[in-house]
Amino acid sequence: MAAHASAPKGLSDCREAWVTTLESLAAEDDRIVVVVNDSVGSSKLGGFQKKFPDRLVNVGIAEQCMVGVSAGLANGGRIPFVSAASCFLTGRSLEQIKADIVYAGFNVKLVGQSSGVAYGELGPTHHSIEDFAWLRLFNTLTVITPADAWETAEAVKWAAAHEGPVYLRLSRMPVPELNIENRVFRAGQAELVHAGSDVTIIACGTTVHLAASAAEALQAEGIGARVLNMATLNPLDETAVLAAARETGAIVTVEEASIRGGLGGAVAELTAANHAVPVERVGFPGFVPTGSVDWLFKEFGLSPEGIAAAARRAIGRARK
Amino acid sequence: MTLHNDTVSRIKDKALWMRRRAFKMVHDAQLGHPGGDFSAIDVIATLYFGVMSYDATQPNLPNRDRFIMSKGHATGALYTVLCAAGYFPESWLDTYMQPRSLLNGHPNRNYLPGVETNTGPLGHGLPVATGIAISGQITGSDYRTFVLTGDGELQEGSNWEAAMTAGHRKLGNLTWIVDRNRLQQGAGTEETNGLDPLDKKFEAFGWDVQMLDGHDHAALLTALTAAPTGKPRAIIANTIKGKGVSFMENKASWHHGVPNADQFATAMKELV
Repeated sequence: MAAHASAPKGLSDCREAWVTTLESLAAEDDRIVVVVNDSVGSSKLGGFQKKFPDRLVNVGIAEQCMVGVSAGLANGGRIPFVSAASCFLTGRSLEQIKADIVYAGFNVKLVGQSSGVAYGELGPTHHSIEDFAWLRLFNTLTVITPADAWETAEAVKWAAAHEGPVYLRLSRMPVPELNIENRVFRAGQAELVHAGSDVTIIACGTTVHLAASAAEALQAEGIGARVLNMATLNPLDETAVLAAARETGAIVTVEEASIRGGLGGAVAELTAANHAVPVERVGFPGFVPTGSVDWLFKEFGLSPEGIAAAARRAIGRARK
Repeated sequence: MTLHNDTVSRIKDKALWMRRRAFKMVHDAQLGHPGGDFSAIDVIATLYFGVMSYDATQPNLPNRDRFIMSKGHATGALYTVLCAAGYFPESWLDTYMQPRSLLNGHPNRNYLPGVETNTGPLGHGLPVATGIAISGQITGSDYRTFVLTGDGELQEGSNWEAAMTAGHRKLGNLTWIVDRNRLQQGAGTEETNGLDPLDKKFEAFGWDVQMLDGHDHAALLTALTAAPTGKPRAIIANTIKGKGVSFMENKASWHHGVPNADQFATAMKELV
């Protein structure tokens, strides 16, 4: 799961889906522009830059300017995709995101690259595990975290067509395609990945396939785990979460993010206020120690084993 | 020259009306930032009544000239100019800062026609204006973008990020006016975190720079309508906080001071 130069067989680096889709959309719609902070390479935008040199605005290492400029480009009628490492995009320019994009209501797409702990050993300065909690508070900002290459492409297309601010939280970590038939991307709606009625595992992004593996392991023990891909964190699919609470009585949340305030926080808030059930939150408790992405995932339970263990804990609490 | 004189005369009349009307708003609401309204009003009146091309009945025309009020707290100046320009009726001014008013303490583009972006936190206007100018550059549009910042506001680093970007991209369609009243909320700019020499700083960032009296309508009109040079243009408008009312001029306390009945009456006698 480390950042490979090219993804291992059977796995995709979703940045390929991001740029392929963006280039295709940009060829059809000349309003689409990209704004970056010297992040052409890390965003895999070299091809876009070659094809549309005038439509890539590189402001250099200046994130506040980058986000403000994107609001101005939207004022001028462009559809800007701001693409930068999510740690800097969200942390450094949070006030610009709040005032210039969300409060002002500009049609800007914020694309957080290499989110979560993708930068592994580079450490917490380069991790983006706080972004869910920060951005979820803006009730008019759509927050989407695709789980695989297919969903990345669909989310980019949806964001381009949607009139309003969007945060797309992307990853560079190779992931498999989810094995779901007849998929249709629906922003704001949870996607059923695995059926079950004993516990619900709600996951997003890079952790959805791990939750699916956990559900298969639990199945072998006779535990039916419902797995929901909650690609849209904001607005949260409250209907699906409350149905999970009522129908399965125990919930596990899994996210490559802090367990405070993000997906786990959202689900805990909603269930506590409406239909209280045990909620086990799998994610990072705060700044993490030095380690590779693989090590961090395993150490903090973002693994089929860790998620299955959390499911058993949630069920155990529900029975008390 | 007659045309120029007529325009200057019109700007002067509008600026006087704006000062009187803004002070009434602040008096009635007992809220506002009249010192900064009054230092900026002559610049803004010149832009709307002598420089910019716009149609208040069609505020979203793609090729309109844009004005960004980066010092968003000076809503007395912004709301009165938009009203005078015909964006909304005067009765709306009476609702200033009342519950659910469209005239919030800081401007919201979703509330009021003519407001180009939401400002309030400082250091936001120049990056947004830079983006608007880049959009015009990308599409080959000939609209112009004007942004007014305060001077104390320039202590925010985001301005300098955008100043670099605009200079680097040679945004000749962008004009930045600094309301150089030399006072910020708490004290003078130079004793707080000095800005001088502003002109040399702007030049070093790749801007054409001009300094002038920010209350001289004729000088403002000439500077703001000068032919583009292929570089972004910075105009350092030397102004007086509270300009036009004797007891307010150059007093930092009038940053967000509000008048009592006697002060209001005195001001109305002076603003004629």
